[in-house]
Amino acid sequence: MKIQQIAIFMENKPGHLQTICRTLADAGVSITTLSLADTQQYGILRLLTDNPEKAATALSDAGFVVNQTEVLAVEVDDKPGGLLRILDIISEKNINIEYMYAFTFHRGENAVMVFRFDKPDDAISALQARDVKVLTNIDILKGAF
Amino acid sequence: MGHDIDDQIFDQNETLPRKELGKLQLERLRKIVDYAKERVPFFREKLAGIDGDDLKSLDDLRKLPFTTKQDLRDGYPYGFLAIPKNEIARIHGSSGTTGKLTFVPYSHNDMRNWTNVVSRFLVAGGLRPGHLVQISFGYGLFTGGFGLHYGIENVGGAVVPAASGNTERQLSILRDLKPDAIVCTPSYALTIGEAIKAHNIPREELGLKYGFFGGEPWTDEMRTRIEDDLGIFATDNYGLSEVIGPGAAGECKYRKGQHFSEDHFLVECLDPETLEPVPEGQKGELVITTLTKEGMPVIRYRTRDISSLSYEPCPCGRTGVRMTRVTGRSDDMLVIRGVNVYPTQIEEALLRVREAAPHYMIDVDRPGTLDVATVRVEILPEMFSASMRDMVGLRDKISAAINSVTGIRMEIELVAPKTLERFQGKAKRVTDRRPKAE
Repeated sequence: MKIQQIAIFMENKPGHLQTICRTLADAGVSITTLSLADTQQYGILRLLTDNPEKAATALSDAGFVVNQTEVLAVEVDDKPGGLLRILDIISEKNINIEYMYAFTFHRGENAVMVFRFDKPDDAISALQARDVKVLTNIDILKGAF
Repeated sequence: MGHDIDDQIFDQNETLPRKELGKLQLERLRKIVDYAKERVPFFREKLAGIDGDDLKSLDDLRKLPFTTKQDLRDGYPYGFLAIPKNEIARIHGSSGTTGKLTFVPYSHNDMRNWTNVVSRFLVAGGLRPGHLVQISFGYGLFTGGFGLHYGIENVGGAVVPAASGNTERQLSILRDLKPDAIVCTPSYALTIGEAIKAHNIPREELGLKYGFFGGEPWTDEMRTRIEDDLGIFATDNYGLSEVIGPGAAGECKYRKGQHFSEDHFLVECLDPETLEPVPEGQKGELVITTLTKEGMPVIRYRTRDISSLSYEPCPCGRTGVRMTRVTGRSDDMLVIRGVNVYPTQIEEALLRVREAAPHYMIDVDRPGTLDVATVRVEILPEMFSASMRDMVGLRDKISAAINSVTGIRMEIELVAPKTLERFQGKAKRVTDRRPKAE
């Protein structure tokens, strides 16, 4: 149910993102989606890939600081109030969102959002109890290709 | 680990009762004043009207003028040479932290005395005949490599002259030759410790037991980390090339300060502003007079090193006055928004925050009317989090630690591990871009 996210510490320097992408390309890893959180001095690049283990190893070997975190990929109705419904379920259970970002592809009629919750297991049960689809790795790969 | 070390003392002069030591010092001081006057034009001029015999007690030292680094620079290259050139046994040099080179010539007797004082702290810190020692100090004009090298051989140990740099090779030597001890700067010891961790080399695979560190200011927190990383008992030694090099002072196993070799060096601790002695135990600038140096004697040399002295008896039996670890240099001291800050304070703060690596640089600027100090700090890989909140929390923690140690607020910039420069000699961690007062 949970998906492995790779995060990379990035100093805001020209060419940094390029090197990361080249490292992944050379390792034959495909990026399914990404988000960048940045401050003036540095950024945190978060990636979902088709092979998180391989991605993490390749990036660490290339000298990057890599962290692996579990996140949830959640289907969201692609219509007004779609995201709101998810947030309602989550806040009812007092679960916090640490950060979230969107997928670049749709699953049928639906959009997919990536969430990092402070209580991921509670989030899974709350969402599933209300028939919200929490995607697995396999679902995502199917959606991506 | 230190308690395994027996109470051997290398030279009987180390335990001279202080009264006898004082007599010996006065006798030698009188001689060196006359010697310097006779052979060095600078001293002939500075000491005009004072003869050795005019010094009735050691307190009369205060009648003598100071020698500064600038004086030595002005005498470049041979202005302070006190022996004929064909009697020089060695020349070392120092660029100081600010640039221009000065040369320090040694006579054959100076070499023997230097080797002797280095042997003293080596034995005090655990070195015994038969030990193998890896010297990861720079060799060359810098006195560290050669000074320790001769001392170790003199004690009966063997040397692997690894010199500094090429950390991979240092690791191979450590793992394959299994030296009993290592000699380097504290910051290079941290670099080696990091490499040991990065290669997952178990400490049991190393044979290291002792470490002898010097060449730059460090802190107790840093010592603890080095001892943990390398599995050693670490002692501190002190010296500067203008006076002799390493060996002016060094720690015994009790590590309550570094015992001066006072039969060779007369040390004072003065307020750097007023040049008056500070009370025992208070911080001041060390001022050293060489008592036996032939090649280049110095009288009341202002070291710029900030330390304090203690004359309390030490359980090891050595009677030499003990200096606390140098906390900075009077010329390294930064005045930021009116507050005195030493780079070592930043180090101390970073080592308190366990997540931060003790690798940092300080940039000081004055964009408007106020000083802004920015500390660039390397994060440790295991503490990197995908959550911005954690990263901001880490930054705030570092900021609070620096604030509590220095009393001022500094900007914190987190940078990736192993991106800041590593220093193998003296570390240069401060960039001051403020407009200079004329």
